[in-house]
Amino acid sequence: MSILSERSTCCEDGQATQMAALRAGEIGSVHSWDRSTDADGPGTRLVLRLSGCPLRCQYCHGPDAWLMRDGALHTVDSALARIERDAPVLVAGGGGLTVSGGEPLLQPSFVARVLRGAKEIGVHTVLDTSGYLGRRAGDGLLDDTDLVILDVKSGLPDVYRAVTGRDLAPTLEFARRLADRRTRLWARFVVVPGLTDAWDNVAAVGEHLAALGNVERVEVVAFEQSGREVWHSIGADYRLELTMEPDEELLARVRSQLRASGLAVA
Amino acid sequence: MAITADHTPATSPDAPNAAWRGFVTGPWADAVDVRDFIQRNYRPYAGDGAFLAPATERTTRVWDRLSEMFPAERANGVYDIDTHTPGTITSHAPGYISDDDHVIVGLQTDAPLKRAMIPNGGWRMVEGALKTYGYETDPEIAKIFTEYRKTHNQGVFDVYPPSVKAARHSHIITGLPDAYGRGRIIGDYRRVALYGIDALVAQKRVERDELMMEPPNEETLREREENAEQIRALNELKAMAASYGYDISGPATNAREAVQWLYFAYLGAVKEQNGAAMSLGRTSTFVDVYMERDLAEGTLTESEAQEIIDDFVIKLRIVRFLRTPEYDALFSGDPTWVTESIGGIGDDGRPLVTKSSFRYLNTLYNLGPAPEPNLTVLWSPDLPEGFKEFCAQVSIDTSAIQYESDELLRGQCGDDAAIACCVSGMTVGKQMQFFGARVNLAKALLYAVNGGRDEMSGKQVAPASAPVDGDVLDYDDVRAKYDALLEWLAGTYVEALNCIHWSHDKYAYERLEMALHDRVILRTMACGIAGLSVAADSLSAIKYATVRPVRDETGLVVDYDVTGEFPTYGNDDDRADEIAVELVASFMDKIRKHPTYRDSVHTQSVLTITSNVVYGKHTGNTPDGRRAGEPFAPGANPMNGRDTHGMLASALSVAKLPYDQAQDGISLTTTVVPSGLGRTRQEQVTNLVGLLDGYNVATGFHVNINVLNRETLEDAMEHPEKYPQLTIRVSGYAVNFVRLTREQQLDVLSRTFHGSL
Repeated sequence: MSILSERSTCCEDGQATQMAALRAGEIGSVHSWDRSTDADGPGTRLVLRLSGCPLRCQYCHGPDAWLMRDGALHTVDSALARIERDAPVLVAGGGGLTVSGGEPLLQPSFVARVLRGAKEIGVHTVLDTSGYLGRRAGDGLLDDTDLVILDVKSGLPDVYRAVTGRDLAPTLEFARRLADRRTRLWARFVVVPGLTDAWDNVAAVGEHLAALGNVERVEVVAFEQSGREVWHSIGADYRLELTMEPDEELLARVRSQLRASGLAVA
Repeated sequence: MAITADHTPATSPDAPNAAWRGFVTGPWADAVDVRDFIQRNYRPYAGDGAFLAPATERTTRVWDRLSEMFPAERANGVYDIDTHTPGTITSHAPGYISDDDHVIVGLQTDAPLKRAMIPNGGWRMVEGALKTYGYETDPEIAKIFTEYRKTHNQGVFDVYPPSVKAARHSHIITGLPDAYGRGRIIGDYRRVALYGIDALVAQKRVERDELMMEPPNEETLREREENAEQIRALNELKAMAASYGYDISGPATNAREAVQWLYFAYLGAVKEQNGAAMSLGRTSTFVDVYMERDLAEGTLTESEAQEIIDDFVIKLRIVRFLRTPEYDALFSGDPTWVTESIGGIGDDGRPLVTKSSFRYLNTLYNLGPAPEPNLTVLWSPDLPEGFKEFCAQVSIDTSAIQYESDELLRGQCGDDAAIACCVSGMTVGKQMQFFGARVNLAKALLYAVNGGRDEMSGKQVAPASAPVDGDVLDYDDVRAKYDALLEWLAGTYVEALNCIHWSHDKYAYERLEMALHDRVILRTMACGIAGLSVAADSLSAIKYATVRPVRDETGLVVDYDVTGEFPTYGNDDDRADEIAVELVASFMDKIRKHPTYRDSVHTQSVLTITSNVVYGKHTGNTPDGRRAGEPFAPGANPMNGRDTHGMLASALSVAKLPYDQAQDGISLTTTVVPSGLGRTRQEQVTNLVGLLDGYNVATGFHVNINVLNRETLEDAMEHPEKYPQLTIRVSGYAVNFVRLTREQQLDVLSRTFHGSL
């Protein structure tokens, strides 16, 4: 029961054309549309979750958005129509559009067009990304982004690799680029007991973020088992089956560590 | 309409001048026009709640005295009943809560929480209530109201046709005010404070003179009799106030008197009318004019101002009526709907928010949360930020207030409108409604499938038509049959309401409330629908999934086998939402085809009070997968648990229902867990304000906001003594959760608790 009812309005003349349109960003692979308050940026937000992600985070709560081919194809126009419809509510609610995923920067051209259109409509924009594909974000795309939410995942390269299967460096590089161009930045850090919560890993997160100078706040998010069903449904090997959700004590320790680095922690 | 000098009291010719000192004069000084008085004299307040004063020790003592009495009332259902004296404006000697109950005085009977019999609506309800609570019936009183004095209830059944009786019996039309007072009429109680009784009587005499010159047809004669009753009621009100030592023949001279006069007027109404909803109107900004004058004159402190409001609200909290368990099933938790509308914006763009708007809301802190008075904020994104944030904070702390769109209400009824009951807007003193309860749209769909037979009893209730045949329900076929069935239902329904209100005007006329109206008023015929989400989801199932009817041995369809997925109302999915929108509009069209009593204007509400439970109980299995007997969602709510895309998506679906096709209001009740609103208190406040603004611009009409955890309610069911003041909004009103029946409590628990907005 997806919110956006209309199936892809995409062209029907063959897969090649479709691939070309995807690459050009005329169409995008969409996991879902949702609405939220507080979780995905300030105020009332319309959240466009795109399909496809290069990372394989062990604690991913939406592994059904890993593959681009699993998404529904939407044209830029249909996405903008949806945003325009909601715009008065989003503006009144002090919010706007959040483009999330999956990893939105897997479809940078589509994202750039959607963000451009959203700014023309007049809504606030948030890009919610891991930063791993930050190089793909053009300056135009970032000019149309009012706020980036950067999911930092880990402060130590080896832990980052264990969590995501990939390297930490591109994310740090992207964060530095955002700092240099003074893009507003919120950081997110998910506390997974036994995986990301080690003292030195949290300290490294704090160090990296504090060095940037443009991090307005850090959201410390407790790992939840809410994604378990989704892992089961896609038949993937879920390695956190027995992992406990963090207790308040642990969360408080992580928060105080980050605060000690001089960060504003939510 | 002028108040002529002939009728101003000879005893105090200067009274208005002294009482109205310092007020900016205008048309209101020459004729009854409270709105004009407010507009010329009120001072908008754009700040926050920092100025508010806590309860005085005296206020706390008086409230504590009552709080000691509540457990016994909760345990027995009533605290006490006067079984010998039917309630009228002057029936009872003065009553007081305690020795220091002297700020704002007056009780319905001679003691707090003692309920009076008000039999004009129907003797059977009184008799049933006495029996339920173990009281002896006074044979003399029984004789009067069975042998000598006909009641509204008898009158209605003398004129009901068999079709209405059958529809009523089978519960396709339920909750009709044919055995109890209809309520939902707001007297402009402010008039008594501003003008005094004598000037109001003078005005009614002028109207009387007019009536004596009009052709003596049935309509005129009825109006003349009503006018005589109105004048009589005003004079009785003066006598009642005199028994408390107050002369209200002239206008109030200061803030305390203004509130006291206003309260006497309201008290007179609730002493002799047991209306389903006895709403107060829109009084806070009116009262504030007096408060500001006294503060400026140095005769009032902030603490005293708050004490006056606190004491007034204490009185409003203990308004009580004698009602039966059957009645409580429809309107559970002993509600009285002392609805007070607060805030809003004036036609000139100035917010109607004053310091007293804050003071009224502050009673929820000074006295603790409570369901009554039913504090209703008229919301607009243009309200001052300080007020918006204060309201959101009160919602987060108490779950006791509701919100209605001032933008929609003002467009319909102007800027001196108030809410009666839950969601019924009306211009104060210039408009009234004929309350009409509601029809069961979900059951009607089952009737359409079964050719007019009742799915539970098998009886032919609606005129016989062809039932559906075949193994799979076809959307177009079912929709056409449903349309025909709804045509029948609309006609039967309007006829029932015409019978009811003809009889009510005749046998239980609201003489005091109507005395506080203009002579020429707008009347609406307030129809209503229940089961909207069940009907919409059922039609969606038939349209988008495969629904196979399951028949019993008599061929009656008693169940539905659904395969495949279908969109449901409440997720901002147009496929399902448009079905709901279309149902609302098409039923309204059908209602409008039938002439109404006193040429009242047809309206409808999408509201259930708490009858969603009773309606569900009397409705069989539905094609959306709901099982027989399961409660409906309340009001215009999406079906419990099916609005899975968060609070905002759910609210936006409801906001699509067209207000111009449901001008008696569209009700949404929603619950969010505190953590879902945000992490810090400031974030929670900001986010709730944002949600209310967003819902408002999406043209949502009404919303109840509960900020609660399910665990709190579960604990309250186990340990009610720990939660005497736990308040929750269940429909267009709030209740003490612990006063709900277990069945109602379970219904509340089964509703959607949004984990996020």
